[in-house]
Amino acid sequence: MPTLAPVPQTSSMPSEAAPVAAPPAGLEIIAPTRNQSAMPAWFLEKSAAAWSNFQSLPVPGLKDEAWRYSNAKKIALSTYHPATAANEHIEAEAVAASSGLAETAARFVFVNDRLVVAETDRLPAGVICLPFEEALQSQAALLQQHFMQREMTLGSAKFAALHLAHVRAGLVILVPKGIAIEQPIEVFHWIAAEHTAIFPHTLIVTEDNADVTVVDHYRTLKAETGLSLAVADLVAGKGSRIRYIACQELGDKAQAMHLSSTVTARDAQVKNFQVQLGAEFSRSESVSDLLGEGSHSEMLSVALPTGDQIVDQRTLQNHKAPHATSDLLYKNALYGKSRSIFSGLITVDKEAHFTDAYQTCRNLLNSNEAEATSLPGLEINADQVKCSHGATSGPISDEELFYLKARGITDGESRKLIVEGFLADALAKLGNGPIADMVVSRIHEKLILAV
Amino acid sequence: MVTAPDSTLVPEANDISDIRADNTGNFTFPERNKFDSGFGITSKTIDYISDVKGDPDWVREFRHKALKVFQDKPMPTHWATKDLENIHFDEFRYYLSDGQKPKRSWDDVPEDVKKTFDRLGIPEQERKFLAGVEAQYDSEAAYSNIKAAVAEQGVIFVNSSEGLKEHPEIFKKWFGKVIPTGDNKFSALNSAVFSGGSFIYVPPGVKVKHPLQAYFRINSEQFGQFERTLIICDEGAEVMYMEGCTAPKFETATLHSAVVELVALKGAKIQYVTVQNWSSNVFNLVTKRGIAMEDAEVRWIDCNIGSRLTMKYPGVIMKGKRARGEVISIALANSGQHQDTGAKMVHAADDTTSNVISKSISIGEGRATYRGLVHIPKHLKGCKNNTECDALLINTNSRTDTYPAISVRGNQHSTQHEASVSQVSADQIFYLMQRGLSEAEAMSLSVNGFINDLVKEFPMEYSVELKRLIDLEMEDSVG
Repeated sequence: MPTLAPVPQTSSMPSEAAPVAAPPAGLEIIAPTRNQSAMPAWFLEKSAAAWSNFQSLPVPGLKDEAWRYSNAKKIALSTYHPATAANEHIEAEAVAASSGLAETAARFVFVNDRLVVAETDRLPAGVICLPFEEALQSQAALLQQHFMQREMTLGSAKFAALHLAHVRAGLVILVPKGIAIEQPIEVFHWIAAEHTAIFPHTLIVTEDNADVTVVDHYRTLKAETGLSLAVADLVAGKGSRIRYIACQELGDKAQAMHLSSTVTARDAQVKNFQVQLGAEFSRSESVSDLLGEGSHSEMLSVALPTGDQIVDQRTLQNHKAPHATSDLLYKNALYGKSRSIFSGLITVDKEAHFTDAYQTCRNLLNSNEAEATSLPGLEINADQVKCSHGATSGPISDEELFYLKARGITDGESRKLIVEGFLADALAKLGNGPIADMVVSRIHEKLILAV
Repeated sequence: MVTAPDSTLVPEANDISDIRADNTGNFTFPERNKFDSGFGITSKTIDYISDVKGDPDWVREFRHKALKVFQDKPMPTHWATKDLENIHFDEFRYYLSDGQKPKRSWDDVPEDVKKTFDRLGIPEQERKFLAGVEAQYDSEAAYSNIKAAVAEQGVIFVNSSEGLKEHPEIFKKWFGKVIPTGDNKFSALNSAVFSGGSFIYVPPGVKVKHPLQAYFRINSEQFGQFERTLIICDEGAEVMYMEGCTAPKFETATLHSAVVELVALKGAKIQYVTVQNWSSNVFNLVTKRGIAMEDAEVRWIDCNIGSRLTMKYPGVIMKGKRARGEVISIALANSGQHQDTGAKMVHAADDTTSNVISKSISIGEGRATYRGLVHIPKHLKGCKNNTECDALLINTNSRTDTYPAISVRGNQHSTQHEASVSQVSADQIFYLMQRGLSEAEAMSLSVNGFINDLVKEFPMEYSVELKRLIDLEMEDSVG
């Protein structure tokens, strides 16, 4: 990695960009700036430690198993700088473009890691739902217990350290015992200037039998480049439910690294749905630690890479308790010269008897230049387990195409229908309702362009 | 054949006072080596081996180059088991032989070597169903014979040292071409110190009716066996080759690191059957790969029992149109054993198909791992791969892992991979015990049922033996 990369100048910035001079680029050398007086000492300490950790960790090399078939150097850190506040016009434009769900329990918009909109008045009493910086002040205990407490094992320790060093935006949610929030909490994260990096964080903690749904959107405005280095921690208490949907629709030249981890207590149920539509390179790492007996984790993903896009997916289903179940379904429909890399692992610990764990990755190759790589893995140390994985890669079958065309449907329309059908079983896991409708419409928008 | 104890073949008592024996191939004869390269590996070791073997200059040079590659390459522990770090290359001897030429008749084979192979039932099988036999004892072949009728068809079946000296025009063309020296650390090691192994050439159109068999036996402690096999099947020819391997149980580790290269020219068919039953302190690190030209077929049928650590991923490079590759693999890992096996399928031409079926059984604290690679590059069409791996766990502490890698480019191919892990169900055992079987018998029968459809792929004599070996391994695994 070059230690001093050339600094991109402001010439490419849109005309209505903030009148301040653009800060120099080079995430790997620019230390994060923290408002020392506004942040608690424990966090400043942790953040500073993360920064030195980031600097000392090497960029994962090509021989690193966690980066097999991929390349960590694709995250061009030297071309990005931490986000600075956008001007009012851009913020207003972002707010106007933050179209998602019609009904929400709470709604937040962040532009360049700055909070612009916070609607929380529809939340049930007792629920804590705060922007990250505010939570730092009032929720020290909660954050100290759950904020980035787990080691990143899937290859992005260096990037997680960078996230921790810079994080300032995102949400901290605590749903107390027995409270079910009916409507989802929706969050928009915008990158609104070229060469800008954002570090959104989502922490969701549910107490016993609580229930919550959170939707994160990641988008770019008036910028083609940008880096979203996001971390989501889902901590599900006994018998609680968390549904988390991350919808990544960054610009075509942006890069995304989204790290999410799930911990389940007894009988908890967590669904982690990753929608990957944008960015030239997007890597997602999702870990589920099944710590409680009878808990259930669903890991789902839909990706539709086109052009030169690369989708890099790493997953771990880590069974540590008996009678727990996990189900992974990743669907990739590839176009153009795009590539997908799926690397998943199920580990079943010695004590985790009666585990049921499934892992399925399916790739539909719609062009002769697309490439799909699957690395489905299993490590089983217990018995009385039911585990299986499956991976397939193939084109649209001629028979299916013929069937539709014989009924007078055009070639293009037939292919679109088949791809929709291919993605349908993953999308069906979202159930019927506004969230499923929203995700489906975002996917269809891209699908129409792709076909 | 792996072992075939036969009371009539056991030598008389005064003969075997220094033989340790049981019924799984665990017996040794005292060493009487005329040539011993000593411990460790340096360029002197290479020269010693080349001098003893009377290598041509190009082979000596090839060995020296390979040694350099071996020394430069790191252990692949970034993906493979850390147990590899327990291999101390200084504690092995790399060449041992009594300086005798391979014999064409069993009568000429030295008495103790003959007894070894007698006990393993080799000459008996040769009479019964083999077209040719080669028996390797430590570094060199002790016996090598091919039936006259087969030899008359122009089939060459000799050990690799003879092959490179007497048939250089065929040997040199393919040697080290399918598996280059630098393929991995252990192929480099083999290239540096290889000795023994078979060289087979089947002329165009010749279909060898009966299998050719090689038998590899390690007799000496702290020894490394590095045989090198090269099989070339010319256009439209067919051959089946079988190898069996055993070693007695020593106090210290033993290393077996073979390189096997298969070349199936247009329309040829090669079947390579392995049944290994190494003792549980053998590091068995083998590189096996075949290349299949147009319409050719390469099949690996592989059964891995025993050894401390086996790492073996037979591969097929499908280089010609409509070529076919297949790996059928059974692995059985008992306590203290790690079977890290799998398959590599590289599609390099249109309409090529490959099939991988792997079944593993983990007993006690045994660990079975499947590692696979399927590669379909761009600009090809009509390639198909099917991979199935099933694992059976017998005890609570048994372990199984699966790590496939499937890479597909373009929309004119299809691949599918499936893996499952299961146990012998309590219902199954209960059902069988109801009918008067003991728990151990019930378990054994269930395990044999699990691999039955693969066992059928082995030649009859092998499949009988395989079932017997599995029964032996299953002893003491329940209750």
